[in-house]
Amino acid sequence: MDGQLFAQQVVSGLANGAVYASLALALVLIYRTTHVVNFAQGEMAMFTTFVAWSLNNRMSYWPAFVLTLAFAFVFGAAIERVVIRPVEQASHLTVIMVTIALFVTVNGFVLWVWTPDLRDFPTPFTGEPVVVAGVFFARHEIGIIALTVATVVVLWAFFRFTKLGLAMRAAAIRPEAARLLGVRVGWMLALGWGFAAVLGAIAGMMTAPLRLLDPNMMQPVLIYAFAAAVLGGIASPAGAVIGGFTIGVGINLLATYVDFVTPELELPVAFAVLIGILLFRPAGIFGRVAARRV
Amino acid sequence: MPLLELDGVQARYGPIQALHGVSLTVDEGEVVALLGANGAGKTTTLRAVSGTVATSGRIAFAGRALNGAGPESVARRGIAHVPEGRGILGELTVRENLRLGAYVRRGRREVERDLERVTEHFPWLRDRRDQDAATLSGGEQQMLALARALVSRPRLLMLDEPSLGLAPLVVQELFRIVGELNREEGLSVLVVEQNANIALQSSSRAYVLEVGRVAVEGESTELRAHEGVRRSYLGY
Ligand SMILES: Nc1ncnc2c1ncn2[C@@H]1O[C@H](COP(=O)(O)OP(=O)(O)O)[C@@H](O)[C@H]1O
Ligand SMILES: [Mg+2]
Repeated sequence: MDGQLFAQQVVSGLANGAVYASLALALVLIYRTTHVVNFAQGEMAMFTTFVAWSLNNRMSYWPAFVLTLAFAFVFGAAIERVVIRPVEQASHLTVIMVTIALFVTVNGFVLWVWTPDLRDFPTPFTGEPVVVAGVFFARHEIGIIALTVATVVVLWAFFRFTKLGLAMRAAAIRPEAARLLGVRVGWMLALGWGFAAVLGAIAGMMTAPLRLLDPNMMQPVLIYAFAAAVLGGIASPAGAVIGGFTIGVGINLLATYVDFVTPELELPVAFAVLIGILLFRPAGIFGRVAARRV
Repeated sequence: MPLLELDGVQARYGPIQALHGVSLTVDEGEVVALLGANGAGKTTTLRAVSGTVATSGRIAFAGRALNGAGPESVARRGIAHVPEGRGILGELTVRENLRLGAYVRRGRREVERDLERVTEHFPWLRDRRDQDAATLSGGEQQMLALARALVSRPRLLMLDEPSLGLAPLVVQELFRIVGELNREEGLSVLVVEQNANIALQSSSRAYVLEVGRVAVEGESTELRAHEGVRRSYLGY
């Protein structure tokens, strides 16, 4: 086996996986706070990436990046308050339909505003490849991995150490008990959606340089993210992150070393993993058996 | 002016009317017991105050109307409600539960000091603060719920059947601490109990609810001698 190829494939797998991990974490965040499986997560990410593209035409990368995250936060929170809140008490099927409607609406809106042309999207991680022990690694890939790890650490610290993070966890675990302690549960849920949209925006802005910016670009990513979230046990943030990296590396290695897995087969393979886990290990590889209280 | 005043409060769950006009008061610095059989409306009365059930009639706290305020606002106004089942967040640690008690407060320093201070009443909490609250026994969870309520520095503490499922010694200890807080810090308490014995020993006044109405009210010492109360609730 060619060690150099292997190392490169692992790193690009980790880079892909970082994107899946971000979006999977977004799915888990929303599932934990509002018990909604958000099929529109990928489209929301795509939309905010188009916003980033427009901002990038007016300013340099990092200011546009930060503004996009702020926009995504407000957008995600607004979606929760305006679209999800009214169906909070509705059946699972109704809520799923609402997120699918959101998917279609956001996609249509982007096509209408930005037209379906493919666009280049910049990466902030430019320059010569990084060379480690004689093996070349693309800067963008290293950058994605570092950015994702940093984001996850910040988010973890927020939930673990801040008063607001604690209140958000309480609101997700036992809303009625949290309310009696003065926690404004409605706002906490909206914040959860806001943070999820921020994660999605990061995933989108990291994906676009790899695939060109196009309104359908996040759809395969969403499938991988679902597979990652399910692999991690759908309610486990750590599981989603590990699941994301696992799927990214796994698919890349399969495509590299197993002849019949051509690029067209990568998505079906991810789907097979998804279905397989749901059938045989519904709690995920890392998750505990669903300890959900209703 | 009473600290808490309910005047002709009605409450319903959909078609079921649970309270048919309850009137009661709690004065500043008083421990008041709310007794009654299962289903009499004791829990609903507390929920009416904390805004977790729809009500009509007048509810005033420190002279201002409470009606319509959601539970979040009621908590911010200084009412700590330890609900039936205690409302402990089992997946969070003991310390995180306590920190949530202080959620409505500002001032990091003072909160830290109160977190320390509250453990004077519950010394064992100190060693177990990094444990998941779910690993505590029922009695410990009830103590934690009480400690958490205290950290919010409430003007009124409402306890819903704190003795439920606890060993008699633990119940004694719990009411001893409540009494201590009342005497030493002037804490006002409205406590719902089915254990009428201990509730009447620990309170200055009491109300007995029957199907959503106040059937008997008076000084706790009088109620202990009251024929009907004795037969129905004290069992002798
Ligand atoms: N969530 C609910 N939905 C419908 N009815 C309820 C609900 N909670 C309580 N009730 C009814 O309201 C009445 C009073 O209940 P509750 O206040 O819980 O009594 P207590 O606490 O004195 O045992 C009972 O008839 C009970 O069946
Ligand atoms: Mg009750």
